[in-house]
Amino acid sequence: MKLLIKNGRVVDPSQKLDEVMDLLLEDGKIAKAGKKLNVSADRTYDATGKVVAPGFIDMHVHLREPGVEAKENIETGTMAAAAGGITTVACMPNTKPAIHSSIILSGIKERAREYGYVNVQVIGAITMDEEGKALAEIGDMAKAGAIAFSDDGKYVQSNRLFLNAAKYVQSFGKPIISHSIDQEFNNDGYMHEGAVSAQLGVKGIPSIAEDITVARDCIVAGYTGTHIHIAHVASKGAVDIIRQAKAKGWPVTAEATVHHLTLTDEACRSFDTATRVSPPLRSQDHVDAVREGLKDGTLDIIVTDHAPHAPHHKDVEFTKAPNGFCGLETSVGVVLTDLYHTGLFTLPEIVDKMSCKPAALFGLPGGTLKEGAPADITILDTEKEWTVDPDKFYTKGKATPYKGKHCKGKAVATIVGGQIVMEDGVVCKK
Amino acid sequence: MAKANVSLGGRDILDLESLSVDEINLVENTAVEMKKIMKRDIKKVPALRGKLIITLFYEPSTRTRTSFETAAKYLGADVINITTGNSSVVKGECLRDTILTLENMGCDGIIMRSPCEGAACYAAQVAKPVIINAGDGAHAHPSQGLLDLFTLREHGIKDLKGKKMVILGDVLFSRVARSNIACWKKFGADIHVAGPRTLMPWDVEALGVTYHARVEDALEGADVIDVLRIQLERQNSGLFPSMREYAREFGLNEARYKLANPGAVVLHPGPMNRGTEISFQMGYHENALIRNEVQNGVAVRMALEFLTLTGGNRIEAID
Repeated sequence: MKLLIKNGRVVDPSQKLDEVMDLLLEDGKIAKAGKKLNVSADRTYDATGKVVAPGFIDMHVHLREPGVEAKENIETGTMAAAAGGITTVACMPNTKPAIHSSIILSGIKERAREYGYVNVQVIGAITMDEEGKALAEIGDMAKAGAIAFSDDGKYVQSNRLFLNAAKYVQSFGKPIISHSIDQEFNNDGYMHEGAVSAQLGVKGIPSIAEDITVARDCIVAGYTGTHIHIAHVASKGAVDIIRQAKAKGWPVTAEATVHHLTLTDEACRSFDTATRVSPPLRSQDHVDAVREGLKDGTLDIIVTDHAPHAPHHKDVEFTKAPNGFCGLETSVGVVLTDLYHTGLFTLPEIVDKMSCKPAALFGLPGGTLKEGAPADITILDTEKEWTVDPDKFYTKGKATPYKGKHCKGKAVATIVGGQIVMEDGVVCKK
Repeated sequence: MAKANVSLGGRDILDLESLSVDEINLVENTAVEMKKIMKRDIKKVPALRGKLIITLFYEPSTRTRTSFETAAKYLGADVINITTGNSSVVKGECLRDTILTLENMGCDGIIMRSPCEGAACYAAQVAKPVIINAGDGAHAHPSQGLLDLFTLREHGIKDLKGKKMVILGDVLFSRVARSNIACWKKFGADIHVAGPRTLMPWDVEALGVTYHARVEDALEGADVIDVLRIQLERQNSGLFPSMREYAREFGLNEARYKLANPGAVVLHPGPMNRGTEISFQMGYHENALIRNEVQNGVAVRMALEFLTLTGGNRIEAID
């Protein structure tokens, strides 16, 4: 199977490439790149006026399988990814049971091969049942293909256990991803503590609940030399601490979510449960700090924290709703609208943070259009205008704080392993 | 007086931020007439005859629920009370289905209390009947704000502009504080709050008030003192050491009251913890309007039920 992508603006920061050219995909690999390629192909995709980028990699996704399939499963979650222009998702282990053993991890990889529309990488739990009490069999999971370890959704509150985990993973060369927010504060509030929470009377979570935990994680990274990646950084204090840690040369990396880059706690004023998330949406000064951190490289990558819930779970009072909402089908549109068209970030910066960097940080295939690399490609129409309509989502989770948002820019094709899995918003059978 | 074109017909009463000064004045002026009905020999008018009002309380309450029920009965409405202990809520029914069930039985108004902030706003989005928020968590308690305003006006404090209003105590968890602040701000009052920092929202100034760590500093020259109830369960939450220390350091007693302007008025939403946030003497002080608040609560709730369920804004329409 040969697929020729003609005449697109190829943006690949991994090769410092930004020019109009053709790309030939063959046998699941990038076979050739060049101007006006004169080759025969089974199919030609005319990318004139479009951007051709290495496939986007989302390092923070909840596929909910096994155990919570009412919210999402591997099939619907990867369809949502394909629809949103994401070619690889890394799924978090807070399933039921948690992904805390190699047999569960292998099972997910097996199902992903059978039902997945995009590549699925699996993150194993640090502790059994993510309870923060006993280490999970990290070595066994690493051998089964875990790319990193995390108790996402929970913070490993015990300093002793976290230090042990950081030491132990060194035998297997995998990073730890920390959901850095103090559990005690987090369980005692529903939104960012600030002016809006004061006015609404909703119990707040102080931003220092994040700073305190990020500081510990950075200290452990510096002490052990283990790569610790901070998930969904949302506070200005955390950004500052990570910046200082990086300046010391400590092996810390970090991610920003689309929503922490683009929304404030003002969104909570309507008591819309689609605005409940952990860490919470914060005030504008924090959003500005997260953007600045992403710009100067303190924060390395952009993720969604796609966290779908069944409709009935979100159709409740604000304070009763679970944290999280879906993001796979809105991330590219929102990023292009709010970060690219506003002039805050260039296209190569965005491609770098949504594709090249995640691949490099976690040693994943993809993230580049070099010859021989996997033929995972995201094709963007930066000018396409559309409105977010959750009823059209592929994900089972319909809650999104972006409902009704008018976007400019969209992924118009998703190619995984040389095959088109999404074209013009329609997800295709593999 | 209220302008003729102001109407609250069909309106949900969720908080006081969303009511205009004219709308608040309409409620207050209507309540004056309602209070006259309460003083009649036969305390009943047919203004809401044929209307069904349901009180739906997810929290214990004596005065607020009884007050709304009494108000509705004086106006001739049928009233059904639902408390969560003996309803399908204990079977796990969600709020949407509970509200829709009541709507489908034909109720015209739902008076609702919930421990969840935003619950009444959510209910208003779900259902067609008028929703009157009788308290949602620490968010809002609009009828309390309106009855406190009524009580002040009745006492002769007609204009709040520049008046020093002091709220003492647990602002963090208080819907009463938020609704009073929202109301008083609209009339240009100078609002101060005082109490331990642990019982204040972190960004307390965002409420449009001045915070004092020491109660004495706040009380200096006060015209109105609104004492908030300290909930008994708070003392085990690490927010302050004991009721004993709270009473000594932050409670309103006669010595502290003397710091206020002569004749300063004392409000308390009730129920009082006598000897904790307010001393026995202050609870029954001649300038404590606590029992007036209870009586006026019925009048104000009559006004709210009448105005929202009939859409009328002419007092003569009552009889």
